[in-house]
Amino acid sequence: MASKLRVATTSLAGCFGCHMSFLDIDERLLALVEVAEFDRSPLTDIEHCGPCDIGLIEGGVCNAENVHVLREFRKNCKILVAVGACALNGGLPAMRNMIPLQDCLLEAYRDGIGVENAQIPCDPELPLLLDKVRPIHEVVKVDYFLPGCPPSADVFWAFLTALIEGRQPDLPYELVHYD
Amino acid sequence: MPTLTIDGQTVAFQPGQTIIEAATAAGIYIPHLCHKPGYSPHGSCKLCSVTVNGRNCSACTFPAAEGQQVISNSDQLQQDRRKITQMLFVEGNHFCPSCEKSGNCQLQAVGYQLNMLDNHFPHFYPQRKVDASHPDIVLDHNRCIFCNLCVRASREQDGKNVFAISGRGINKHLIVNADTGLLKDSQLTVDDCAAHICPTGAILIRHTAYQRPIGQRIYDHHPISEVALEQEHGK
Repeated sequence: MASKLRVATTSLAGCFGCHMSFLDIDERLLALVEVAEFDRSPLTDIEHCGPCDIGLIEGGVCNAENVHVLREFRKNCKILVAVGACALNGGLPAMRNMIPLQDCLLEAYRDGIGVENAQIPCDPELPLLLDKVRPIHEVVKVDYFLPGCPPSADVFWAFLTALIEGRQPDLPYELVHYD
Repeated sequence: MPTLTIDGQTVAFQPGQTIIEAATAAGIYIPHLCHKPGYSPHGSCKLCSVTVNGRNCSACTFPAAEGQQVISNSDQLQQDRRKITQMLFVEGNHFCPSCEKSGNCQLQAVGYQLNMLDNHFPHFYPQRKVDASHPDIVLDHNRCIFCNLCVRASREQDGKNVFAISGRGINKHLIVNADTGLLKDSQLTVDDCAAHICPTGAILIRHTAYQRPIGQRIYDHHPISEVALEQEHGK
């Protein structure tokens, strides 16, 4: 058969819950790896995304590194997929959008209860935070969206098998949920 | 009885009925959020937009008339409704995973019905307040879509006039009739219709959260088209 589909995945400002849900396809993973192989992903430890067929993005963008990674995925993936509530609308991390960034940092690292040796982290290795957490479609073009917190394993399976078989993905009512 | 057609189907109506009332009586669902049978029409959410004799109008405010040709279920109108729903989502702060109304929320259910998979537009992330002053009821302005149902319920059913919409355009907001502007100082009580009518999670009753597990919530298995017809028509 033709060479395997290359799939890259990453979690930006996410909790890896979507990745855990993806793994919940359980033994169907064996069928998946017959036709697909993973590029950059927490499953492979490949550091940079190479040319891929499908890129799955969990989480929104909350810092400069997220933006770089997202752009790298967009550049390399033929099909880019927003996976889960945070990628779609910022999700839980975006609830900091109601509070000025400075106040968030002061509360977490200087004024909060139990803070010792108070200082706001400023190591140059740390990516700079964005003023607001943003969904990924506000930064790059996104081809498909899988809502859910997380999308269930059946959503991943229905979506990926449709793409692999060359069909337009079409989620039934039961698989579309925002929570 | 006079008749009109909806998507080619002949529908009889009582003089004085609106198009959405005629549709509901005939078992035809037209998506809506600000409309509720028994309350005066408001025509603000625009989800019930239909084409009548070639022109768009709100089915909840437009009177049914003999011979009207109404189109409701076209690709274009469904697409328009999806865009309207997406705009409702990005205009407020609607984070379904952390909302106790999730699964029982009409805004969410309309999104499902329209197969809305994303919010499409840039998010506003507006700064809005939560009024948690009342012992029995929480008012979360982040989730208000200005449908005016609580305003109408308080006036028309409860006889209290607790709520109103103030401001225009992007500054529009729900206000509470009290000197302090707080719910605790208003006349709202937990048995009021206005406390239960919110189609989103903006007005919530305390101590009732998450009573139905996932899988048993209103819209988990039944689209709002079915649920609404059952509630509003008894079909």
